[in-house]
Amino acid sequence: MTTRAALLVLADGRFPAGGHAHSGGAEPAVTAGRIRDPRSLADFCLGRLHTTGLTAAALAAAAAHGLDPLALDEAADARTPSPALRAVARKLGRQLMRAARATWPGPELDALATARPRGAHQPVVLGLTARVAGLGPEDAAHCVAYETVSGPATAVVRLLSLDPFEATAVLARLAPALDRVAEQAAAAAREGIDALPAASAPLLDIAAEAHAARPVRLFAS
Amino acid sequence: MSVSATARITAVADGRGSTLLPVLESDGPLAVRRTRSPEAGCARVTVVGAMSAPLGGDRLSIEARAEAGARLSVDSAAATVALPGAGPEAGAASYTIRLSVGEGAVLRWLPDQLVSAYGSELDMVTQVELAAGARLVLREEQILGRHGEQTGSLSTRLTVRLAGRPLLDQQVAYGPTAPGGWDGAAVLGGHRAIGQLLVVHPLFEDAPAAPRLLGTDAVLTPLAGPAVLVTALAADARLLRGILDEALSGLPNGA
Repeated sequence: MTTRAALLVLADGRFPAGGHAHSGGAEPAVTAGRIRDPRSLADFCLGRLHTTGLTAAALAAAAAHGLDPLALDEAADARTPSPALRAVARKLGRQLMRAARATWPGPELDALATARPRGAHQPVVLGLTARVAGLGPEDAAHCVAYETVSGPATAVVRLLSLDPFEATAVLARLAPALDRVAEQAAAAAREGIDALPAASAPLLDIAAEAHAARPVRLFAS
Repeated sequence: MSVSATARITAVADGRGSTLLPVLESDGPLAVRRTRSPEAGCARVTVVGAMSAPLGGDRLSIEARAEAGARLSVDSAAATVALPGAGPEAGAASYTIRLSVGEGAVLRWLPDQLVSAYGSELDMVTQVELAAGARLVLREEQILGRHGEQTGSLSTRLTVRLAGRPLLDQQVAYGPTAPGGWDGAAVLGGHRAIGQLLVVHPLFEDAPAAPRLLGTDAVLTPLAGPAVLVTALAADARLLRGILDEALSGLPNGA
């Protein structure tokens, strides 16, 4: 069975799961002057990809592989010390769950939605959705790894009026790193929950709380 | 010549309000000494680096247990400096800390900074097992490079489980062998001193702390369990310690 089209549906930025309202930490980095141009955007994306991107991709791959989503949700909490980011992950998880159940209805998604009515962490929901859609751990990891960098790149186009061609070029240059992270995530997922990476980024955690406390902002996170 | 050494500390409550240390074993470069505790009922141990360590290729570990009801405080006499090994084949050093805290026990784990010297390569792993009702104060500080020097390669992982469930799992990697982007706008933003302060206390079960910014580059956050984590970045070790000390003064210090 070919699943390439299902992967495109799930990975499409227009899949109605609410991700467009979030900058993946890019807005506070722009506000602080840490993202100024395509080069600092590329650095930001690479750092995010190798830290929280790898961690989230591995959680998604593990859910796609069939590991217990509730145990993965708990593992995601332990990997997310910022309450603002835990809230965002659950909100996005809830939104993705609605879209996923409408698109690929089935008992596995229903069970997780019932166990976590306020939303499970988004990568766990994404991984389980991939599984239900007939996709594998690598596919789920690729989706999440790509989201990790495409969200900030798209947001910076608006925040800095960056040329969209330049932002897309940043993403294209990250392609080999994205492939490696997705492979690494899927390999860890196959070894079980204790082998999942927990790579973290201090500045993303600090800036997320500062951003959540700000009264005026363009993106929710 | 690389070294393999494990130091061990076990603290037990004597049932009359004091804490005894039936196990206090030094090994190789890791010397552990009982020192005078400023607090009654609490045993204090100071880790004295008897020689320069860890060097590339060394395998060091410390195992500390505070059994049910015991009160143990561990600090160090000086910063730990990761240095390159002798010759290019020395490889990475490893430093493993295993801590366990029993029911109603208190462990304060407050070592000095870990300094990653230029050319060094160290993998540090800290694993903490907490029983329900255990209390913990744990500080970790990483300084990237000695004064005016580029950093070595440093990776650390801190895993904390409470009553068998994951409470905190954090992994970082900095320096020449780390994956790209570690010094950029998402991870360190050019900072050279990174600190974490974890406080686990049953008080937070019913009254979780509110998240709070501590200046521009530090934050106090409630975890998904009865604990708070302070994450701080600073330009140097002195500024970092200032932030963590101030944060600790407003938190339950194991009491």
